[in-house]
Amino acid sequence: MNAPRAAGIDWPLQVHGALKAAGVSLVSYVPDAGHKRLIELCQADPSMRSVVLTTEEEGLGLATGAWLGGERSVLLMQSSGVGNVINVLGTIKECRIPLPMIITMRGEYGEFNPWQIPMGQATPGVLEAMGVIVQPALEPQAVAPAVDAALRLAFNGYAAVAVLISQRVIGIKSFQEQAAQ
Amino acid sequence: MTATLHRRDVVSALLAERGGLLVVAGLGSTAWDCTAAGDHDLTFPLWGAMGQAAMMGLGLALAQPQRRVLVITGDGEMLMGLGALATIGVQRPTNLSVVVIDNGRYGETGMQETHTAHGVDLAAVARASGFVDARTLSAAGELAALRTAIHGQPGPNFATVKVRAEKVPIILPPRDGGLLKARFRRALLGEAADLQ
Repeated sequence: MNAPRAAGIDWPLQVHGALKAAGVSLVSYVPDAGHKRLIELCQADPSMRSVVLTTEEEGLGLATGAWLGGERSVLLMQSSGVGNVINVLGTIKECRIPLPMIITMRGEYGEFNPWQIPMGQATPGVLEAMGVIVQPALEPQAVAPAVDAALRLAFNGYAAVAVLISQRVIGIKSFQEQAAQ
Repeated sequence: MTATLHRRDVVSALLAERGGLLVVAGLGSTAWDCTAAGDHDLTFPLWGAMGQAAMMGLGLALAQPQRRVLVITGDGEMLMGLGALATIGVQRPTNLSVVVIDNGRYGETGMQETHTAHGVDLAAVARASGFVDARTLSAAGELAALRTAIHGQPGPNFATVKVRAEKVPIILPPRDGGLLKARFRRALLGEAADLQ
């Protein structure tokens, strides 16, 4: 199942366009199946540099350094990675670093892996507890507008903003489908 | 082998006549060391984000490819973010140097031993991760060459400098994160940074 195509909306392409329009030139990520197409679009774009991370926390350090140097960046990750960034979100808040994060949800809507459910269910609460503005995107057509709004909030407001892309958008997988990817 | 170098002497030597060098100082002792060498608008001293100093250096180096960038941090801080060495090894910014002031101790929490006190070799990790130059120093006579590398040698460069496990006076930089960020950006990017 490919939810974006099935819905007739190529939201990764729209999000890539929103990133370009906002002047984002640095894209860091820990891969997620839901981000596969967006990562590939960013990698293929000569005006963007893609940085693969060993853990999501590194993306916050990278974004801070980039902003000190005058460059706009975005962090792509899965909701499980939110647990890896909590402490450094404190630095982002204290220093008022613009930090747009585009997060694909697991453990949220029809999840097949029980080990994903605790972090997925806790993701919005954990982010809000650390002062991050949370904007859910529940349908494919809602993703790009949510990202566009998040980029404006982050860069105009010097804030950490997370767009949570629902599993309804990504598509619910089974063990077999995940293995075949 | 017992280290003989004093951390404050090392950091002062590396930051002497720093010119346009951009500096990220890891939290704790290395932030105090950099402040003791002279508080500077183009030093970003960390009060938190343990493990992220090298990544901040990477972000800065990628954003400012025409400037030299130096991360000065401690062994405990570097150990918390070893993955950053792998990430830097993939990006390979030629303008970035990471220097670990290694006393083998967690200095802010009671001088407990770190992994480097038990043989973990940070320069070997950096070398295996793709740093162009990764060396371990223990003599004052080696510092001038390291300072030269920081200012001009195509990197990424890495150095561990073995120093004495000693308590030195705490010299504090400003604490306000927003101020530290804003002054750094203004010094680097000009007043236009305030309007970005």
